[in-house]
Amino acid sequence: MEFTSVVFYFLSAILLLSGLRVVTVRHPVHAALFLVLAFFTAAGLWVLLEAEFLAITLVLVYVGAVMVLFLFVVMMLDINIETMRADFRKYLPLAGLISGLMALEMYVVLGGQEFGLKMPEPKAVDYSNTKALGRVLYTEYAYAFELAAVILLVAIVAAIALTLRRRPGLKWRDPATQVVVRKADRLRMVNLKPQKPGAPVEDEA
Amino acid sequence: MITVNHYLILGSLLFAISIMGLFLNRKNLVVILMAIELMLLAVNMNFVAFSHYLNDLSGQVFVFFILTVAAAESAIGLAILVLLFRNLRSIHVDDLGSLKG
Repeated sequence: MEFTSVVFYFLSAILLLSGLRVVTVRHPVHAALFLVLAFFTAAGLWVLLEAEFLAITLVLVYVGAVMVLFLFVVMMLDINIETMRADFRKYLPLAGLISGLMALEMYVVLGGQEFGLKMPEPKAVDYSNTKALGRVLYTEYAYAFELAAVILLVAIVAAIALTLRRRPGLKWRDPATQVVVRKADRLRMVNLKPQKPGAPVEDEA
Repeated sequence: MITVNHYLILGSLLFAISIMGLFLNRKNLVVILMAIELMLLAVNMNFVAFSHYLNDLSGQVFVFFILTVAAAESAIGLAILVLLFRNLRSIHVDDLGSLKG
């Protein structure tokens, strides 16, 4: 067996086992950590497929950002794990049956033929996957790329707006009222006579 | 020799595992969100495999956009989860029927 096959089977075994542990493990924190392992292994498989940029993106974005978010949320929630696992055994046969059937069906479809696809030649040493991806991303897909940026912005605004909470007794200023304030509301012009410095103030009133 | 089928079957097995996760963790909304992330990973695996074997970069661009949308989705999903826990003191899926829709 050649080296890439060994790497593929090794990484796939880890990926499937960690995926299985994500859905069966008792504690949600452990599930999140197994999901980190799954993403990391998938990144290794993508490097095997010569998609280096996406592999690094998967590690940076998923392991670095999304899974940390998951861990934060899991640790913030004060949940009772025992009641959560109450129906685990009850649903196990149904879950096994349905997922087994799905896997079997997919195997029947995908098992035999290779869609006439041969293993492509390995890329040259100085080929840059990032450069090639950037070239199509900023030309052909520039519009979709900007839409993706807008989607991320919407996600930021939505996530903050959903979780924002005003505690009573907290001192804060409403920015909207500050913006609509006019000069006349705050400022009063007073006419003062010019005076020499040091001269006694004349009492006008 | 690793063919495209190996990757497709790996992706389908991963997808089946995450479907199983949806069934098994009926009570726990956090693990359901994790199973959805796993499903998206399985789909992305197919895209990357076909992109490699067809020698076409469009598949990788598509994976890039899926990653973007999935990150946004999980951020909003977790925000809703936190809001839910703040109001209900639980993340059981069964407790979400208060709208009776």
